[in-house]
Amino acid sequence: MRTMDQKLLDSLAFYSTKPNGLIPFYHKVQEEIGYIPKEFLPQIASSFNLSQAEVYGVLTFYADFRTKPPGKNIIKICRAEACQANGCHKVIEKAKETLKIDFGGTTPDGKVTLLPTFCFGNCANGPSVALNGKLYGRVDTRKIENLIHSIR
Amino acid sequence: MHTLYIAKDYSAIAVGADEVAFAVEKEAFLRNIPIRIIRTGSYGLYWLEPVIEVELEGGRRIAYGPVTEEAIGSLFDSGFLEGSDHPLCLGNLQEHPYLKKQTRLIFERIGKNDPLSLDSYIACGGFQGLKKAIELGPDKVIDQITKSGLRGRGGAAFPTGIKWKTTQRAIASQKYIVCNADEGDSGTFSDRMVMEGDPFLLIEGMAIAGFAVGADKGYIYLRSEYPLAHEVLNKAIAVCRSQGILGSPLFGSSFSFDLEVFLGAGAYVCGEETALLESLEGKRGMVRPRPPLPAVKGLWGKPTVINNVITLASVPWILSHGGEAYAAYGVNRSKGTLPVQLSGNLNYPGLVEVPFGISLRDLVYGFGGGTRSGRPLKAIQIGGPLGPYLPEHFLDILLDYEELSKIKGIVGHGGIIVFDDQTNLAFMAHYAMEFCAEESCGKCTPCRIGSTRGMELMEKILMGKGSRKELELLFDLCDTMLHASLCGLGGMTPFPVLSALRHFPEDFGYSKEEICAFAGAL
Repeated sequence: MRTMDQKLLDSLAFYSTKPNGLIPFYHKVQEEIGYIPKEFLPQIASSFNLSQAEVYGVLTFYADFRTKPPGKNIIKICRAEACQANGCHKVIEKAKETLKIDFGGTTPDGKVTLLPTFCFGNCANGPSVALNGKLYGRVDTRKIENLIHSIR
Repeated sequence: MHTLYIAKDYSAIAVGADEVAFAVEKEAFLRNIPIRIIRTGSYGLYWLEPVIEVELEGGRRIAYGPVTEEAIGSLFDSGFLEGSDHPLCLGNLQEHPYLKKQTRLIFERIGKNDPLSLDSYIACGGFQGLKKAIELGPDKVIDQITKSGLRGRGGAAFPTGIKWKTTQRAIASQKYIVCNADEGDSGTFSDRMVMEGDPFLLIEGMAIAGFAVGADKGYIYLRSEYPLAHEVLNKAIAVCRSQGILGSPLFGSSFSFDLEVFLGAGAYVCGEETALLESLEGKRGMVRPRPPLPAVKGLWGKPTVINNVITLASVPWILSHGGEAYAAYGVNRSKGTLPVQLSGNLNYPGLVEVPFGISLRDLVYGFGGGTRSGRPLKAIQIGGPLGPYLPEHFLDILLDYEELSKIKGIVGHGGIIVFDDQTNLAFMAHYAMEFCAEESCGKCTPCRIGSTRGMELMEKILMGKGSRKELELLFDLCDTMLHASLCGLGGMTPFPVLSALRHFPEDFGYSKEEICAFAGAL
């Protein structure tokens, strides 16, 4: 069973004194270890003086937070209207076809997780794709193939 | 020493601005030419990014773009540091018609200087509004805002003066200013540009709001999809604290204001003000029933002004120039300027700040240059994912809250997305329902269940199995969502669906006559 290291315990001690520290703490955990293990929840709940149901409720409400480890690389593709008007469906199809996974999936070798996003605010330079947090604009099928190739 | 300007804007970086800046630096080093690169916000001429501006003698600038890493060598060879001609030369951007035809009040500084240089902010008129506010006192500040006719730019268009007055009158030990920077609408990016390109402007606007209503604490609720804005805002706040602007008595008054950034976590519904407050309190972003209004009972039950980034960023100009000067722009009850964001299938997508009263056609064709694909324009969506799809013949409507509402349109946050004739609007209507199902907070039934049922109905229609019965159900469902949802997410999802049905019935496999039978519902 995974337990929090000292760094996370320090963060927990810091954020649990704030009235709205739970969401920033989740961000912190995910930044450190890539996801938020469910086994942390009892300890988080007691530190924040909340019920386990409440901390679980917050965790699962927000699309950013994951409870399972993601692939080594994360590709996010925007599927909102402005990118659709510039043909993001072709980019999405290409990514799914090349990686042989659907949105939300991770390749069997654990290398890539593919996620949808609703708008990066890069609408004037769409279609938009983010690879491990770096944003790419004006992405076409060739560019998505190159991006995927760069991490395989 | 040559001075160059390259945007450090999320969208410019996405098309290679960082790589270009690095390549320029490297090339200059190899050629032993001393240069200094200043990273700025973007002017918003996004089809030209990455742009390099070169400063010539007398401060005049010559721009080159869109620059690729491969073009750097030839730019140096041709002597671009002296402003020489080159195929990528754009001349003086200030003279570019796209910029010249605009009226930039909020965006007047963005793109020109280092966003984190407090000196250049002050040199370009920064903090004049705040100083004026302190001179006038809270009541007169609210008077000026009321006179300006400023309305909430997040989408609801509620008069800002009335909102501030309500919070000012509320009696409480603590009040808050919350900036809604959860810019989730597809096709909008003006908030991001302000936060990345002129963060002190937002801070000044929030401080004025705090002074006017008696709130000494502010929060910026920022969406997590904007990491650069997060970084810039935090740096700007640190600069302001170290210079005694935040957290210390302001300009000889006894009033002090401080603020912090709170990062969201990927929930569209948190752009709705009451869901935002729940989230800011550390809970699930579930919508609260109103009343009580946040202006009276907001964050942690205290009176709270919640305004969008653009609303707050409009405030310093209004104070420094006067409410009447602002109200001189615009038409009817739509006063001032709106930063319109053009995107989708357009030749010239970008940021266009103009006074209200311009026609949609001027925006889409005059600025946007028509479709990039060269195919006929089929529809525009104005006002974000909850805005209607409008066909070409509606483009003569003027940008005006009331004019647009006459044709069941909305201004929203000022985003316009253009679609060409290869778009199937039934597919877009299905997407609208799917988006609502994905993002619904789940508090009210019409939105939580209605969106999923709507998605299923649309799937049936898309498969060609739509009969009159499905149509009847869809209209009935939209009627329930429109009138019984708690907030705008469920309440406005029918806008794109019904407008697509009304204007493009053939995409759904229905005839005009079949749709007209439901004219009352449309």
